Amino acid sequence: MYVGLDMGGTHTDVVLIADGRVQRYCKTPTDPEDYLHTVTRALDEVLEDVATGDVQRLNLSTTVCTNAIVTGRTSPVGLLLEPGPGLNPAGLTCGAKNFILSGAIDHRGRPTSSLVATEIEAADKELRKAAIRHLAIVGKFSTRNPEHELQIKEALSPTYDFITLGHRLSGRLNYPRRVFTAYLNSAVASIYDAFATAINAYADGRQLPVVPDILKADGGTLSLAASRSLPVETILSGPSASIMGALALAPSSRDTIILDIGGTTTDIAFLADGVPLFEPLGITLAGYPTLVRALYSYSLGLGGDSCLRVRDGRLSIGPERLGPALALGGPAPTPTDALITMGRLDLGDKGAARRGLDQLGDQLGLNTGEVANAIIKQMAGEIARQTRALLERINSRPVYTVREVLEDKKLRPEQVIVIGAPAPLLAAELEAAFGLPVVAPSLAGVANAIGAALSQPTTEITLQADTEQGFLTIPEEGIREKVQRGFNLEAARQRALAALQDRLRRLAPAAAGSELEVVEEQSFNMVSGFYTTGKNIRVKVQVKPRVSPLEGGEHNV
Amino acid sequence: MYKAKRRLGLVFFPAFDWAISPTHPEREERLLYTQDQVFEEGILDIEGIREYRPRLASTGDVERVHICVPDVQSRTTESHLIAAGGAIVAAEAVLKGEVDKAFAIIRPPGHHSFRIVHGARGFCNINMEAIMLEYIRRHYGPKRIAIVDTDCHHGDGSQDIYWHDKDTLYISLHQDGRTLFPGTGFLNEFGGPNAFGYTLNLPLPPDTGEEGFLYALEHFILPVLAEFKPDLVINSAGQDNHYTDPITNMRFSAQGYARLNDRLQPDIVVLEGGYSIEGALPYVNAGIILALAGLDYSRVREPDYTPEKVAQSPRVSEYIARLCDESYQAWQQRDTLREEYIRGKKEISRRRRIFYDTEGLMETQQETTRVCHDCGGVTWIDSRTDQGRHILAIFIPRDACPRCQEEGHALFESSQTIDYPDGVFLQDRLEDKLFKK
Repeated sequence: MYVGLDMGGTHTDVVLIADGRVQRYCKTPTDPEDYLHTVTRALDEVLEDVATGDVQRLNLSTTVCTNAIVTGRTSPVGLLLEPGPGLNPAGLTCGAKNFILSGAIDHRGRPTSSLVATEIEAADKELRKAAIRHLAIVGKFSTRNPEHELQIKEALSPTYDFITLGHRLSGRLNYPRRVFTAYLNSAVASIYDAFATAINAYADGRQLPVVPDILKADGGTLSLAASRSLPVETILSGPSASIMGALALAPSSRDTIILDIGGTTTDIAFLADGVPLFEPLGITLAGYPTLVRALYSYSLGLGGDSCLRVRDGRLSIGPERLGPALALGGPAPTPTDALITMGRLDLGDKGAARRGLDQLGDQLGLNTGEVANAIIKQMAGEIARQTRALLERINSRPVYTVREVLEDKKLRPEQVIVIGAPAPLLAAELEAAFGLPVVAPSLAGVANAIGAALSQPTTEITLQADTEQGFLTIPEEGIREKVQRGFNLEAARQRALAALQDRLRRLAPAAAGSELEVVEEQSFNMVSGFYTTGKNIRVKVQVKPRVSPLEGGEHNV
Repeated sequence: MYKAKRRLGLVFFPAFDWAISPTHPEREERLLYTQDQVFEEGILDIEGIREYRPRLASTGDVERVHICVPDVQSRTTESHLIAAGGAIVAAEAVLKGEVDKAFAIIRPPGHHSFRIVHGARGFCNINMEAIMLEYIRRHYGPKRIAIVDTDCHHGDGSQDIYWHDKDTLYISLHQDGRTLFPGTGFLNEFGGPNAFGYTLNLPLPPDTGEEGFLYALEHFILPVLAEFKPDLVINSAGQDNHYTDPITNMRFSAQGYARLNDRLQPDIVVLEGGYSIEGALPYVNAGIILALAGLDYSRVREPDYTPEKVAQSPRVSEYIARLCDESYQAWQQRDTLREEYIRGKKEISRRRRIFYDTEGLMETQQETTRVCHDCGGVTWIDSRTDQGRHILAIFIPRDACPRCQEEGHALFESSQTIDYPDGVFLQDRLEDKLFKK
């Protein structure tokens, strides 16, 4: 029995899946003042009269960290930066206290200038004086050699509550993102820890046989225990839960567009040969670009509750949401009112919906039916136009090898999967606007919670070996070890996969049998003078992202 | 967060799967550390900096500039066509107004490639800048363009391509040809009879330091540019003047390259040579990017930098001052000097030998140009190689007058393939066509 919970800004959806079928689902309002209560209330509702001993998996997506960051309810962070030569680090000082330290590591992980002990001592003193309990230590190229970050931590007092080391977050190169990610991780550590403790207590109290796993933005999960040291990994997991839900409801092996149409926004995502597309580096939250791995998802300010207006004789939809539809007592007409007027949706005060549309119709010179049609057609058209623009951008992403230029592989979607509450009602107009077949699976309204329930642990690591120096580094795992001169790409691949297996065993013991894959690998001969002096090898491996499919095509709503 | 003062387009094509040979300086690893530095600095996240995907240049794009013997296909690899295409993508981003400046960080380089191409020279097969510039002119109209070549080696190929072109001012700063490949680039190489003074060479002595390069910029290049008034300025950005370069003897730095670009403010920068792939390229390229985008580059510095490494002796300073003075005077007197050079001649010929070091091939050219007051003049070259190839190549310039165009075609018609067993070629830039028989 699988339970999945997706906490959104307005609603929290929860489903119970057994025998490959959705047995039960419910939707409750999210209380932004009390996330814990929102979670426990939703779980209590879905688990009512259920023998909890049968629950094999409980996956939660939470907006605790996202919301803390967006509203600024975070802990003050002391930032210790070792930027080395390059861009002026003044743009990175997002902490409550910031220290630019001497010392540098170069692109091959060689220390090129040393740390200065007195600088670290002075920083330590000032941080303690300011009573800052949360720190982030981030060096440029620390993923190539973490020794300076570790030495800085060693040199500080042992009394801080939480310290993020930049190299443990990701093997990807991007110093500003590493700084912001480390900062956010420390900033939300305290608020997230309280949430995790309470969830643990709830699971104990309900005598659940499993500890909840937490959803990430990359469409996978991570154990509650592991999430306490990496709380930043829990941000913005909602869109990915929906994408995974769409995959479970309508499995595909083709290039596909996924639309999640909600009240305020439509989230646009893509599958390449059936596999979700990732953000190239990481997700951006509250203006901070991060290294948090995420499925690609673009949020368009256009949904069922978008405000409708006539501007300069033309109809405009969104991007604001002023409230619910007129039919539900809202302040302005919305696409939902159009769907109600068209008879596609049986909801609320139909008269109010119609009156609102008539007012728009008067300004546009259209009758009620015409204006309702025009609204839905325009909404579909705008979604299609934005999707095409995104595709154009994705297809012009740079490539770095001759082979890739010649292959010129492009994403060419053959179908649209549409989920979210109003999805099935817009299918005809979307089909016309995209010129592609549109699939609106049943249960589309709780696809997000289904995705949450069926997601499985994911993780990735990056290995970099330099046989001239005789070292390899796996920053996410804090590994730096010696290699022999004969170390080659195949050996690197095996070492990376073994380290990933270890990590997975630690982070998600239940998923130890998951399929692992190599996602990137490069090996360069390093030459000095006219002699090969060693190899520079880079390998990235990951747990293959996947979702357990639902059985049968039909699900009752 | 960072925001660029000037919008900058980047084309980054490290060709991670292409090398001349496994241990050749022009190999897969060359831009690896530059990419590491650019990625780690987060440069591609900066608002106003946009990365473009390179594309393949077409055969027509190459034939607009070169006569490849026997044809483009056999003288290039895909990597060459992508590097040229990458330069074109960078230039188009500027010409379309999507960005204010562009930097094509591409390999392999191209500035040693001449009009006629029998093979590879100085790691170059085709000339990326020239292919880019002629593409611009073909698609965006006539332009006055200045190329400032800051590669340590004389850009003899670019000089050859623009030898007869008054609308393209070619200025090269390089290590004196008596001490470095390709052994050319002296003051008296001043342009062909119809573009006399529009090729300018500044052969700098070995051990020229940061001060010397910046002196030449302030006292020679910038004054000349102010008078030439180009529509576009291109920097052929070779990075081998760096003090760590393994095959040259100069003392320039990342700070120096950044400052040079900050002062010069070229519209488009195209990477040329530079083989200190760890000690120089990551820092020099980062410095140029920041300078072009109007971002603070003051903290870009090589790990082993010391002021002594970029210092120059007073003797070198004096020599460079004299060189700049002499060159600047020659530029100002170019019309008078042209009259003395032509002295009523109808045609001017030169004979020279061109060494293809990468292939170990020697070419002998007999070049003749019609002296013309209306255009660049029709030019024809009888070209033989020591491997037995023999062709005739005729060039009708972009701005050709009717007479030069007619004479070019007449010569093509009358030339016999029996005399030129490997082909008679006519490049007609007016019609944008290459004829061959």
